Amino acid sequence: MSTLNILEISQLIKQYPDTTAVAGINFNVPEGSCFGLLGPNGAGKTTTIELLEGLIKPTSGSILYRGKPLGDDFRQQAGIQFQSTALQDFLTVRESLELFHQLYDHRLPLQQVIEMCDLGELLDRDNRKLSGGQRQRLLLAIALVNDPQVLFLDEPTTGLDPQARRNFWELIQRIKDDNKTILLTTHYMEEAAVLCDQLIIMDSGKIIAEGTPDDLLNSHFEDVIVELPSDLLPESLPTELQQQVLHRNDLIEFASNDVNQLIVSLQSMQVPLQQLRIRSRTLEDLFLQLTGKELRA
Amino acid sequence: MMRRFLALLQARNMEFLRDKSSLGWNVAFPILLVFGLAAIFSGDSRPMFRVSVLTTPAELAKKTDSGPGEHRFLQDPFIQFTEVSDQQLAIGDVRLHKSDLLFDPTSNHYWINLSSEKGHHLEAILLGASSTSPQRLEVSGDPVRLIDWLMPGILGMNMMFSCLFGVGYIVVRYRKSGFLKRLNATPTRAVEFLAAQILSRLLLIMALTVAVFIGTNLFLGFRMEGSYWLLFVTACLGAMALISMGLVVSARVSSEELAGGLLNFVTWPMMVLSDVWFSMEGSHPVMVAISKALPLTHLMQASRAIMLDGAGLAEIMPNLIVLATMTLVFLGLGSWWFRWQGD
Repeated sequence: MSTLNILEISQLIKQYPDTTAVAGINFNVPEGSCFGLLGPNGAGKTTTIELLEGLIKPTSGSILYRGKPLGDDFRQQAGIQFQSTALQDFLTVRESLELFHQLYDHRLPLQQVIEMCDLGELLDRDNRKLSGGQRQRLLLAIALVNDPQVLFLDEPTTGLDPQARRNFWELIQRIKDDNKTILLTTHYMEEAAVLCDQLIIMDSGKIIAEGTPDDLLNSHFEDVIVELPSDLLPESLPTELQQQVLHRNDLIEFASNDVNQLIVSLQSMQVPLQQLRIRSRTLEDLFLQLTGKELRA
Repeated sequence: MMRRFLALLQARNMEFLRDKSSLGWNVAFPILLVFGLAAIFSGDSRPMFRVSVLTTPAELAKKTDSGPGEHRFLQDPFIQFTEVSDQQLAIGDVRLHKSDLLFDPTSNHYWINLSSEKGHHLEAILLGASSTSPQRLEVSGDPVRLIDWLMPGILGMNMMFSCLFGVGYIVVRYRKSGFLKRLNATPTRAVEFLAAQILSRLLLIMALTVAVFIGTNLFLGFRMEGSYWLLFVTACLGAMALISMGLVVSARVSSEELAGGLLNFVTWPMMVLSDVWFSMEGSHPVMVAISKALPLTHLMQASRAIMLDGAGLAEIMPNLIVLATMTLVFLGLGSWWFRWQGD
C-alpha cells in the first residue's frame, strides 16, 4: 500500500430537496489499499460512492483523482460494479464482455479477465441465465476489462450464499494482490474485516469513525466478550456480574476486562462452563456501540 | 470514439435480431395488413360515377356552393361531380382512374381513359344529354387500386411504430434497468450511444421495410411510377424523423408506463391524421394544418407521389425539406434533453 492518495475527498455534500444524503465528509483513499465504506441503509454510502464514481454531481465539496478533478482519465481508469446492473438482453457472457471491452482505450486481454473471474465455462451462456454468484463474477469481470487503477465495488456480495461470498472474497483478494485500489461498500462486517485495510463508518451522511479495522477496535474496546447459554444462569445475577452483561436473549454476553475474574465468579455460582466461548470485539460490536443500529441489508 | 460506437451498434443489432418474437411481429404485422386489405378491397366498391368538371379558378372562387352547372349532363343525380380548375391535374386523375371522366363545359371537351369502363358509360350519358356533340380527348393509364394507395400507408405506419417504440421504449427500458447508468460509468459519450441507437434502428427498419415491400410486391405488383431510389431515400429520411421523435420522447423518462403513454400520444394522431388510411384532402383547415405538422404525413405524401404519380425529386422536395428539418430539430432536442439516469 502506497502513501500516495489516489482519491482525496474534502467537504463533500450532497443535498436533495428533502434530505441531506452526504453531510460534509472528508477522507483520503491511499493508492493500493482496500478502503471500506460501512453503514446501515440510508447512511449515505451508496450516494458517496456514486459521487466518487462521478455519476452524480456533489452539491459542494471536491473530489480529486490523482490530484485532479474527475475527468476523462478517471473514466478510462476506473472500474465500477454497482449493487445491481442490468445488461443488454439476448447477449452471451462473451458478447457482454466484448461490448464493455471495446469501450475503453487501455484494456486487459479479455482472456486474462475471463480466467481471473473464472468465466471460461460460461462464455456462451445468455447473461440472463446466470446464477447470482456467476452474475456477480461477470459484473466484476466487466469492471476489470480496462485494467482499472481504482475499482469501486458497491455491496458486491449482497444476496450471495456463503459459499459464493467466500469465493468472491478470494477473487477480490487476488485483485488486491495486484496492488489495485479498491473502494468497497458492504453490509457484512466479516467481509470488511477480511478485505479492508482501512474503513470509514457512516451514519446519517456523516463519518462517525475511521481507521484500520484493528485501530478502530483497539481504540474503542479494551474488553472481550464471554458468551454462555442464558438458561445456564439464574435470572438474577450478582451486581458485579450484572454490570458486565451486554446482551441477554438465548445467549448471555458479558463484556469483560478480566476474564479470569469473571470465570471465577461464574464457577462460584456453580455455572457449567462447557459451552463458554470467548471472542474478541468485532466491527459489528463497534457499529452497535456507535449508532445503536444493526448492520442489516 | 468509432470503436465505442460500433460496439454499441453491434450489441443493439444483436439484441434486436435475437428477440425473435419482436422481430417476427415487425415482419408479420405489415405483411398481414397488406394481404388482408388486398383481399378485402380486391373488388371495386366505389358506388358512383365520378366526373371532374373544369372551371376557371375565378369561377371556382366565386362559387358559394358546389352544385352542378346548367348543362343537362351536370344535373344527373347519380353522378358525383367535382369542380376542378387545374386541367393538367384533372387529366392526371383521369389517367389514374381517380376520376372517370373530365368535362369542360366552356370549350365543350371531355377526356376519358380508354381502359375505363365507367368512362365509356359516362361518355354515352354525356353525348345523350348534349345538344351539340362535345369533342372527345383520350388518355391512357392503369387504375390505382386501393391497395396501391394503402400500401405506403401500411409500411409507413409500421415504420412509425417500429421507429418510435423501437428507440423510445428501448432507451427508457435501458434507463429504468440501470444499463444506461452502467454505460455512463464508462468513457462512452451520450452522442456515441444515441448515434448507435439511431443507426441500428435505421438499418434494421429499412432492411425489414425493403424486404416486406419486395416480398408483397411479388404477389400484388404495386403501382410504381417513380424512382425506387428516390422512394428509398424518402423512406430513410422519414425513418430518421420518426426515430429522432422517439429520442425526444425518451430523453428523460424512466417509467415504461409513462413512455408507453407518451408514445401512444404521438403515434395515434399520426394514425388518424397522416393520410395512412384516408386522405386529409378537403378536411377542415385546422385538421389539415395539424396533419402537416406530423412527420408521417410528409412521408406518406412524398412516397405516394413517387409511387402513384411518378413524382421526381423536385416535386417532393418540400416534403423532404420538412422531414430533414424535423429530424434536425428532434435530434437537437433529444440530445439536449438526454440524461443517462432518470430525474
